[in-house]
Amino acid sequence: MADTLGSSQLSTVKAPLFREVKKGEVRKHLISLTVRNELGVLARIAILIAGKGYNIEGLSVGETHEKGISQMTLEVIGDDVVIEQVVKQLRKLIDTLKVKDITDVPHVERELALIKVYTATPRARDEVLRLVEIFRARIVDVSPETYTVEITGTEDKIQAFIDLVRPFGIKEMARTGKVAMKRESTPQEED
Amino acid sequence: MPRKGADIVIEALKEEGVEIVFGIPGGAIMEVYDALYRDGGIKHILARHEQGAGHMAEGYAKATGKVGVAIATSGPGATNLVTAIADAYMDSVPVVFITGQVPTHLIGNDAFQEVDIIGITRPITKHNFLVKRIEDLPLIIRQAFYIAKTGRPGPVLIDIPKDITQKLSDVKIPSLEEVKESLPGYKPHLEGNLQQIKKAIRLMVEAKRPVLYLGGGAVQAEAQKELIELAELMKIPVTTTNMGKGSFPEDHPLALHMLGMHGTYYANMAVYNCDLLIAVGARFDDRVTGKIEEFAPQAKIIHIDIDPASISKNIVVDVPIVGDVKIVLRRLLEELRREAVKILYPEERQKWIEQIEKWKKRYPLTYSRSDKVIKPQYVIEQIYQATKGEAIITTGVGQHQMWAAMFYKYSFPRQFINSGGLGTMGFGLPAGIGAKIGRPKREVFVIDGDGSFMMTMQEIITAVQYKVPVKVAIINNSYLGMVRQWQELFYDRRYAEVDLSVQPDFVKLAEACGAVGFRAEKPSDVREIIEEALRIQDKPVIMDFHVDKEENVFPMVPAGKSYREMILHDGKKPIEAETMYLVG
Ligand SMILES: Cc1ncc(C[n+]2csc(CCOP(=O)(O)OP(=O)(O)O)c2C)c(N)n1
Ligand SMILES: [Mg+2]
Repeated sequence: MADTLGSSQLSTVKAPLFREVKKGEVRKHLISLTVRNELGVLARIAILIAGKGYNIEGLSVGETHEKGISQMTLEVIGDDVVIEQVVKQLRKLIDTLKVKDITDVPHVERELALIKVYTATPRARDEVLRLVEIFRARIVDVSPETYTVEITGTEDKIQAFIDLVRPFGIKEMARTGKVAMKRESTPQEED
Repeated sequence: MPRKGADIVIEALKEEGVEIVFGIPGGAIMEVYDALYRDGGIKHILARHEQGAGHMAEGYAKATGKVGVAIATSGPGATNLVTAIADAYMDSVPVVFITGQVPTHLIGNDAFQEVDIIGITRPITKHNFLVKRIEDLPLIIRQAFYIAKTGRPGPVLIDIPKDITQKLSDVKIPSLEEVKESLPGYKPHLEGNLQQIKKAIRLMVEAKRPVLYLGGGAVQAEAQKELIELAELMKIPVTTTNMGKGSFPEDHPLALHMLGMHGTYYANMAVYNCDLLIAVGARFDDRVTGKIEEFAPQAKIIHIDIDPASISKNIVVDVPIVGDVKIVLRRLLEELRREAVKILYPEERQKWIEQIEKWKKRYPLTYSRSDKVIKPQYVIEQIYQATKGEAIITTGVGQHQMWAAMFYKYSFPRQFINSGGLGTMGFGLPAGIGAKIGRPKREVFVIDGDGSFMMTMQEIITAVQYKVPVKVAIINNSYLGMVRQWQELFYDRRYAEVDLSVQPDFVKLAEACGAVGFRAEKPSDVREIIEEALRIQDKPVIMDFHVDKEENVFPMVPAGKSYREMILHDGKKPIEAETMYLVG
């Protein structure tokens, strides 16, 4: 070792032997994107996320007030560090105009669900109707066997409703995925 | 004036200054070939396989800095391009790929020679376009070139259905301004934040043991002058990646040569022990870092890169600077001069340089010489001497690639052209042809492996047809050598399927193709053949060097291991943990 150290004018010190490696928490992220409505833009976004080994949990897309520009909201469960990387890569896509992870930013989010619940007995019909009122949902279709309920709100609200009607039996369900938007002002109470 | 879509393609290519394209025609792209023929203003090189055309376009782009263009027909023509597209994507090479597609009304019908090349290449292109209306054609072509060459460069594919090339339109070729306006979501960041630059300067001033680490981005930016100035002004030793070679002259006293898996002892020691690492246009690839937790474990890191997504991808960075490498370095140097900054610890810096000198003396890049068998490293050294270090070198992938990286000393950007990211065997010959066509005054040597050469060797005929005098030096070890080396070191010498002893007679093969062939079987033949080859300037030459079959590439840091586990050239002796010490 002496010859490596040369005349050992250099003193050896205790220094960290290991570099800190960033590791994030795995949780659900909400990513908001403004995109140009060009051929393949959704495929490109999906490929990028799948390429990280992540699944898209929720997705909503729709036109904005500007022609050819769409707003998209994505829900992805993933490591904070990897998601940060994904966001940077999404920004690099030619057809994305704005990309933001709004998970930790004050924002409004809504989702719509259609739930077809078995309501064959009068008791079930009463109970479900009562829940619909409490949750300010709406019944949009009725059959001798079922009610179809439309409910909008936050994920928690919709989940609570689903948990409550599940005992009656859910025949079918469809959810839109979240739409979300950053808040302009300071956070207000969320309904 | 109304003209066919195919003519619009040619018009737009000329507007981009394209002089040469590489490709192979076929049904869906015939209109474009007809337009090329009628126009006569763009030279076309007929490759013998579309992969070859793709690598030629890459070699041309890598050697010149211009955008390369490769053309193929639909279906199999397009799929044959895929390896070259992925290669260009991994190494950020600006190439525009143009493919024919079945007519619009047949798309999605599994028509003859239909393939969804847009879907296939989505993850391996910077961007791709399917042309749906003839009116969009000129804008799309100009967008493709603009996207390919700006920011972090990369491949762009344009898929043109046959009916679009046949329709008539009087659409104008848009101006560059219009092109930029049409891409509101694409704004490459060039300037570099001044605050960040100042922070970087602070770290450079305070550092005791700094190292510059240059990657492919430093080559692309052609910032050699700025890098030399920075290194000399601040007395910072410089290591380059495989892709970064040529960004800093390797005969410079501050040059540490390559780092990483097959890096030099002194480069890896310097990186392991440094307290400041300045990464320029590099991306902390796993072949460079080894075990990331032990990569430059006590260093602060400055990272200058044009691609914001490269920063803090593999490693946490202290001072990120997003911007064009050349522009950022210029501003940094201006600041340095304006503030007339002085290094804070000149003595320690001097000692650091001296320490590195000792490492260089202790384990220089070397190999065991022989006068009986041809050592592969010897061949590279001889090529280096015979070409006075001024040739452009392209390579295949394997041991020969690493020897070409180690034993030829590179001094200018775009001099060393190889497949760094994808590691594509068969890259060398077609890339060499493209490079020679782009830089006809330079000697171009393809340092190839026998295995790699056999993957695209049909392109020798292309070189004969167009009188492209590339010199192919096959480092012939009758093995898939790099795989054999791993089997020797990590699989108890179980040589599974790496024997290439059944192979063509490369000299006869050269002759059969209309090229010239030479063979060297003993060390004394080597230089003679190279000199002989250098005299031939009207056709390609194949030199078949029969080298020591089981020579290995050292030093080597086994994959995923720390630099502390580097194996030196005698192959047996891993460095003792204690010798990788940390200085303070
Ligand atoms: C297209 C492709 N297939 C397989 C590999 C895996 N591979 C890496 S190096 C190597 C051996 C290369 O042999 P050769 O070209 O003779 O070079 P040598 O290592 O013998 O110098 C192989 C098979 C690769 N890199 N590319
Ligand atoms: Mg070989």
